[in-house]
Amino acid sequence: MTRIVHKFTRRVPEWRPRLMPVKLEEATPEQLDALKVTPSSTKVSDYVLTLAHDVESLSIRSPLFNAIMYDRGGMSREERELGALAASMVNRCIYCAAVHADRHARLAKDEAVTDELFANGEKAQLSPRNQAIFDFARKSAEAPPSADVQDIDRLSKAGLSDEEIFDLILSSALFGWANRLMHVLGDPVSRKEAA
Amino acid sequence: MNISDLTILNQAGVTPDSTLSSVVSTRRNILEMTQVAEEAVLRPKEAGAFPHDFRAAIATRVAHLAGDDALAAHYVTNAGQYAALAVPGASGTQGEEFAAVLSFVDKVANRTREAAAEDIAGLQAVGVADADIVRLCELVAFLAFQTRVISGLRLMSEKPA
Repeated sequence: MTRIVHKFTRRVPEWRPRLMPVKLEEATPEQLDALKVTPSSTKVSDYVLTLAHDVESLSIRSPLFNAIMYDRGGMSREERELGALAASMVNRCIYCAAVHADRHARLAKDEAVTDELFANGEKAQLSPRNQAIFDFARKSAEAPPSADVQDIDRLSKAGLSDEEIFDLILSSALFGWANRLMHVLGDPVSRKEAA
Repeated sequence: MNISDLTILNQAGVTPDSTLSSVVSTRRNILEMTQVAEEAVLRPKEAGAFPHDFRAAIATRVAHLAGDDALAAHYVTNAGQYAALAVPGASGTQGEEFAAVLSFVDKVANRTREAAAEDIAGLQAVGVADADIVRLCELVAFLAFQTRVISGLRLMSEKPA
């Protein structure tokens, strides 16, 4: 039995699509190319197979995602994860929040920040630098976005360079995109073995 | 990279001689991929049920919902026969499929956290194909990204040095 997960957690759930993913055996050459699989592959996630319905978007979003989250220089990977997590919390994407809280905790080698965020949400008390990052990313993710020039000023005063601020804008905005796919197109469900 | 060809820099007012231009140039690959992504959601080769002019109208509508009237003005020029749908609140006169699509767009754009299984089932019930539901989500979701990058860059350029 599986059940839908409604609370924020670092234990990454499974993702169950609300519509029919592309069937691998029926995939077009363009879809197979975007999925980076051969027709004999059997292990492609339902999430990617769902997105394969729009192969042009999938093909460009994967490299864009990787560049924004992992390219060298600028903001640390840990802090980019904090931007991603803030947006995922605003949009209540339980799946994305779990993945990026887990990555943050691993990169930071510390669970204190994500524990505090999940316990206290918007009222979480963080270090000045993390607070400035989280507050900007959270406000930027609101719809319509509510961040203002003072939020940017706080980032500078907390020691972020302009390059880091731009990386934060990108990582939190990217989850405005990812959350609207993951949270809208499927449900986070508990893993069977964890039951 | 020709800055004038990139919607996000155009819209954010980042000119080649500005300080921000050198900051964003460190992520030139990302700026260029973002433009390719705009092509993929606004003017895809396989448009499915949503032709390019309809997509431009949806993009206009979502830009308005994000409070970005300048970006909306950029998209509305391609909305053609669908321009009336570009106004948030307008539901069109083309029947229940259109009405369902528009209310779905509005929810995913600005009330994302409320989106639920019934919203997908509702689109399926009026005959929207699964592939078209994914296409619609990608369009709205990309706009969420694009409007936030633009608004963030505008704030950076307002910040006193």
